[in-house]
Amino acid sequence: MDVFIQQLINGLSLGSIYALIALGYTMVYGIIRLINFAHGDVYMVGAYVGFWATTQGWGFLPALVLSMVVSAILGVVIERLAYRRLRNSPKIAVLITAIGVSFLLENGGVLALGAKIRTFPNVFPEVQYHFFNGAVVITNRQLVIMVVTTLLMLLLQYVVHKTKTGKAMRAVSHDTQAAMLMGINVDNTISATFAIGSALAAAAGVLVGIYYNAINPYMGIMPGLKAFVAAVVGGIGVIPGAFVGGISLGVIEALVSGYGQSLYRDAVAFALLIIILIVKPSGLFGSNVREKV
Amino acid sequence: MKWKKGIAAVVSLLFSASLLTACSGGGDKKTSANPAPADAWVIGGNFELSGGQATFGKAAVNGAQLVFDEVNAKGGINGKQIKFVALDNKSEATESTNVASKLINQEKAVAILGCTTSGDTLGMVQLAMDKKIPVLSTSATNPKVTVDEKTNKTNDYIFRACFIDPFQGTVMANFSLNNLNKKTAAVLTDNQAPYAKGLAQFYKEAFTKKGGQIVADEGYVTGDQDFKAILTKIRATNPDVLYVPGYYEEVGKIVKQARELGMNIPVMGGDGWDSPKLVEIAGAGALNNTFFSNHYSSEDKDPIVQDFVKKYKEKYNEVPDSMAVLGYDGALILVDALKRAGEPNAEKIKEALAATKDVQTVTGKISYDEFHNPIKAAAIIEMKDGKQTFKDKVQP
Repeated sequence: MDVFIQQLINGLSLGSIYALIALGYTMVYGIIRLINFAHGDVYMVGAYVGFWATTQGWGFLPALVLSMVVSAILGVVIERLAYRRLRNSPKIAVLITAIGVSFLLENGGVLALGAKIRTFPNVFPEVQYHFFNGAVVITNRQLVIMVVTTLLMLLLQYVVHKTKTGKAMRAVSHDTQAAMLMGINVDNTISATFAIGSALAAAAGVLVGIYYNAINPYMGIMPGLKAFVAAVVGGIGVIPGAFVGGISLGVIEALVSGYGQSLYRDAVAFALLIIILIVKPSGLFGSNVREKV
Repeated sequence: MKWKKGIAAVVSLLFSASLLTACSGGGDKKTSANPAPADAWVIGGNFELSGGQATFGKAAVNGAQLVFDEVNAKGGINGKQIKFVALDNKSEATESTNVASKLINQEKAVAILGCTTSGDTLGMVQLAMDKKIPVLSTSATNPKVTVDEKTNKTNDYIFRACFIDPFQGTVMANFSLNNLNKKTAAVLTDNQAPYAKGLAQFYKEAFTKKGGQIVADEGYVTGDQDFKAILTKIRATNPDVLYVPGYYEEVGKIVKQARELGMNIPVMGGDGWDSPKLVEIAGAGALNNTFFSNHYSSEDKDPIVQDFVKKYKEKYNEVPDSMAVLGYDGALILVDALKRAGEPNAEKIKEALAATKDVQTVTGKISYDEFHNPIKAAAIIEMKDGKQTFKDKVQP
């Protein structure tokens, strides 16, 4: 039982990271039907900004906020320069552009920062909490990851459902043409979506940097892919779906490693994706009358 | 009709290409028969001067250069100076083949020193065997480098300056049983690295043969971030020690996360741990109570070791790592063979190398066994507050 609880904690902290990245994927898909493959690399840039800020002596929260702001701007710039002019082109053209932007960020990162691993300074000292005579251990960093993820998720729900921008996002997602006729500034709304999604990815990047203590320019590839799976599992375009998808992917990975064969972890994760798509092609939370952002 | 023309064009292209390669093959044979320039011994260096293992290659070249400079200062070998031409293989096996070809055909090298990794060295093994040019790798630890896998015969022209993977695994198994007095072990292997798999296999064999018990045998892949789930599983089996024969990036994360889970047992590994990055990733505190086998320790009080460390520091202003010491040792072994061969003839150098006996190097007295592997001791390093300290020297 204690082992199971420990694995659950492991899975929840890993899943929180996937969930944060998956939110950005799902928001962008919801609004312009684009799978933004550069999203994982925005997460990488976020981690580097956080790295820079903490090495300059900033605390955890200021570094997190700075990283989110810088990445939000990066997200808007990417959309403005690479995707906007292709908005009326075939879907495949935008998709390939997204892959191009992804490569640009990765290799630009190698060129500018070098391929070597960077390690974060010790921003906040680790504290361990023991339960069941030390059989279950949870660290303050794991708690921070889960708490920050939950708070950002709640904030996002508030923005989407209670603010004017959120209303505009839902309108554009529902019917872009109609939203435009109603006087909604579609360009700004899409920019806002990119900004929020990228900021969330940056938060994930900083959390990962502090938790695992090693970042490199290629760090966004695998988590990006996993988060994409999480978004699809939850029903791409649905915000709570991305959250649940991310968390469940993390927990499933932990349980497969813990009770099955550790090397089958990724295979099981992707097999799950295939099964869910066969049984429920729109994902766990997707339905015909889905509420998209 | 169009596609027929296309096929004809392709076929004729292929044909002319094969003719071309046949020609160049013939031409190469002729050039390799040419004797080296009479005024100097040309030694080729095939090293990782850029790319993923750039620190390895640079250190090895520094070490080797030290030996050649010394020999040249003393008047060279038989009155002839040594010309060391080190080229960059970009840490890629294919590029390693190109570099070897350039060294043999253009630079007219009589022997090649390098590479530092097993993969890159394997990239030039076939070429060196075909051209009959002796190769001495400084730190390729995989057994396959000097022995042909299919025929189990020794590759006549390939030698190395380091011990091989099975030895490292066995050394650490004995160390856990005898020195640490531990009876159960868990093994966590990088399943993508032949190096790690080799070490793990021989650790497990030696450990169980001598009465120990392997309670968990798990794997991960290069680039993994999160090891908590696997470590939780291992923790439930209550091992006395954890053996992680991987490379420093993942090892650093594993040690850190194991400590976070409250696993304070000794963690051990091999020479893949030898990097300053290990301390940065895992943290100095987490690395206490960890041990790894290595080629040498700069803390070893042996006067030969201290003498080398001093010389190296004077010239390059840094403490030599294992790659530097193996570059130095490789050059020493080669120079010894050149002296005994007496003339720049690849065939004679190869025979002199195979007959290497009791050559005094920094990492021990080197003699080759029938598979061209040196028989020598390994150093065991203990990490204390982020510093490598010399724990023990284990004779084979």
